[in-house]
Amino acid sequence: MSELLGVENLRKVFPVRASAGEPAGDLVAVDDVSFTLPPGGSLAVVGESGSGKTTVARMVVGLETPTAGRITLDGESREAARAGRGARKARARQIQMVFQDPYTSLDSRQTIEGAIEELLRAHFDWDAARRRERVAELLDQVGLDKRQGGARPRALSGGQRQRAAIARALALEPRLLILDEAVAALDVSVQAQIINLLTDLRAETGVAYLFISHDLGVVRQISDDCVVMHRGRVVEAGRTTAVLDDPQDAYTRRLLSAVPRPGWVPRRRATSGASV
Amino acid sequence: MTAVTSTPVTASPPSRLRRWRKADPVLILSVLWCALAILVAVAAPLLAPYDPSQTDILAAAQGLSAQHWFGTDEVGRDIFTRVLYGARLSLLGPVLVVVIATAAGTALAIAAVWFGGWFDRLLTRVLDIAFAFPPLLLAVLSVVLFGPGLTAPVVALAVAYTPYIARVVRSAALRERHLPYIESCTLAGLSGPRICVRHILPNVLPLVRAQAVTSLGSSLLDLGAISFVGLGIQPPSAEWGLMVADGRTALLNGSPQESLAAGFMIIITVVAFNMLGERLAERAEVRA
Ligand SMILES: Nc1ncnc2c1ncn2[C@@H]1O[C@H](COP(=O)(O)OP(=O)(O)O)[C@@H](O)[C@H]1O
Ligand SMILES: [Mg+2]
Repeated sequence: MSELLGVENLRKVFPVRASAGEPAGDLVAVDDVSFTLPPGGSLAVVGESGSGKTTVARMVVGLETPTAGRITLDGESREAARAGRGARKARARQIQMVFQDPYTSLDSRQTIEGAIEELLRAHFDWDAARRRERVAELLDQVGLDKRQGGARPRALSGGQRQRAAIARALALEPRLLILDEAVAALDVSVQAQIINLLTDLRAETGVAYLFISHDLGVVRQISDDCVVMHRGRVVEAGRTTAVLDDPQDAYTRRLLSAVPRPGWVPRRRATSGASV
Repeated sequence: MTAVTSTPVTASPPSRLRRWRKADPVLILSVLWCALAILVAVAAPLLAPYDPSQTDILAAAQGLSAQHWFGTDEVGRDIFTRVLYGARLSLLGPVLVVVIATAAGTALAIAAVWFGGWFDRLLTRVLDIAFAFPPLLLAVLSVVLFGPGLTAPVVALAVAYTPYIARVVRSAALRERHLPYIESCTLAGLSGPRICVRHILPNVLPLVRAQAVTSLGSSLLDLGAISFVGLGIQPPSAEWGLMVADGRTALLNGSPQESLAAGFMIIITVVAFNMLGERLAERAEVRA
C-alpha cells in the first residue's frame, strides 16, 4: 500500500516551569507514536482530553518541532526544508489544518471571500477573474452562498464558519487536511452536516484526512482507520470498525462505554458511572 | 457559545445608527470640540479679525470690547486672533508627536511580538528604561540638540510617547499572535511581514487609534508646558502654552484674559481628546 503520511516514533517533551507546589520538570505529551496514512485515506486519532492528540497534529503540520521521531510526506522528511519562501509555500500546499474553534480561526476583519482570495493570490499566478471563479467554486463546494461568502465571520454561525475554514484550507488543494476537533464546538445537528460535507469532499477531491477527535461516534462516521491515544502513547490501532466494535485495549473499552450509542438510554444520574 | 444553523447575515447600517443614538452627550461634545479646534486651525486666516502679529502700542493692554473680544496684550495684539491662530502650532505639535510615536511604537511592538525571543526581551527592557525619562527632561536634552523651536519638543515627546504606545500595542498584538487565525495564516504559507501588516495590525488598530487620540491630549498638555517654560516654540509665534506664559504680567496687573483664554483652550482640548480616546478604547475592548 502506498503511503502519504508516515509518522515514526514521534515524541514531544514540553519543559514545565515550576509553579505552585509543582517542581519544574518535563512533560511527555507524545511518546513513541507511529502511524501511516495512505493517499486519500482517513485516519482518526482518538483519546480523551490531554492525551496528546493536538500535539501530534501540530507536529505533523509543523507548528511544533518534535523532540524525536520522523514525519514523512510521500516518503520525504517534512522537517528537511524549513526556510525560504518557496519551501514555505510548498509545505502549505501539502498539508492544511482546520482548528477546533470557529470563532478564532478566521480573521474577524476579513470576509470569507477575502480570506480565500488572499491565499489564491499568494500561491497561484492567476488573474482576478480566475481567482473569483475559484472562490465561487470553493464556496459552492462547502455549501456557502454568495452572501455568506461576502460576509465577515461575525455574521456567520459556528457551522458556517467551519465551512468557511474548510473552504479556505482546501483552496490550496492540499494532499492532507488535518481536522483538530473540527466539529467538537458545534451542535449535534450541525456536526452531522459538516461530517457529511467532509465525506463528500473527500470523495470529490481525493484529499486525505487526519481527523482528531475525542468523540468516538463522530470518528466512526468519518474515518477508515483509527489510532487510540492514552497519555501520549498509542494503545490501540486498526480499522475503525474493528477497533470500535471489538476493542482489545481496556482503555478503548472504557472510552467506548462513555459514548452514547443508538438505543442507549441514559441511566439515572446517581448511578451513571464513567464520564469523559 | 453554541452554534446556530440559521443565523442570518446581519447588515451593518442599523447597528451603526443605533450606536450613534446611544452615544452620550460628553462624547458628542468632545467630537464637536475637536472638529472645531481643527477647523479653527485650518481656517484661522479666514476667521480671525486681525493679523496675529500686528502690534498697536496705542491699543496695548486693553480689556474686553466690541473691537477686541478678548482684549489686547501688552504690545496691542488682538488676543482673540492669537487664540485662533494659536490652534495651528498648538495642534500641529501633538499631531506630529502622535504620528511619529504611534508609527514607531506600533511597528516595534508588532515586530517584537512576531519575532519574540531575545528581540522581544530587549524591547521590553528598553521600554522599561525609557519609561524612567520624564518628557520634560527629554525636552531639555532635545533643545540642546536641536535648538529652540518646534522640532526639539516634538522629537522629545515622540521619544517619550513611543514606549507607552508600544506597551499597549504589544500586549494586544501578543493576544492576537497566538490566536488560531494567525497560525492558519502561517500554515497557508503567507509571509511574516504580510501577516503582521494585513492581519495583526488591522486587528490591533482600534486600540492603536484610541491610544493615539488619548496621546494627542496629553502631548498637547506636555507641549504647552514645554512652551510655557520657554524650551519650545519661541515668541512672537502664537501658541497656547506660550500665550499662558506671555499673559503672566498682565495677569498680575489684574487682566487675566490672555492666560485664561489660552489656558482654557489647552484644558478643554485636552479633555476632549481624552474623552474621545477613552470612548474609543472602550469600543476597542468590546471588539476584542
Ligand atoms: N505548548 C505546551 N506547553 C506545555 N505543555 C503543553 C503544551 N501543549 C500541550 N501541552 C500538554 O501536553 C499534553 C497533551 O496536550 P494536547 O496535545 O493538547 O492533548 P489533546 O489534544 O489530546 O487534548 C497536555 O498535558 C498539555 O497540557
Ligand atoms: Mg486538543
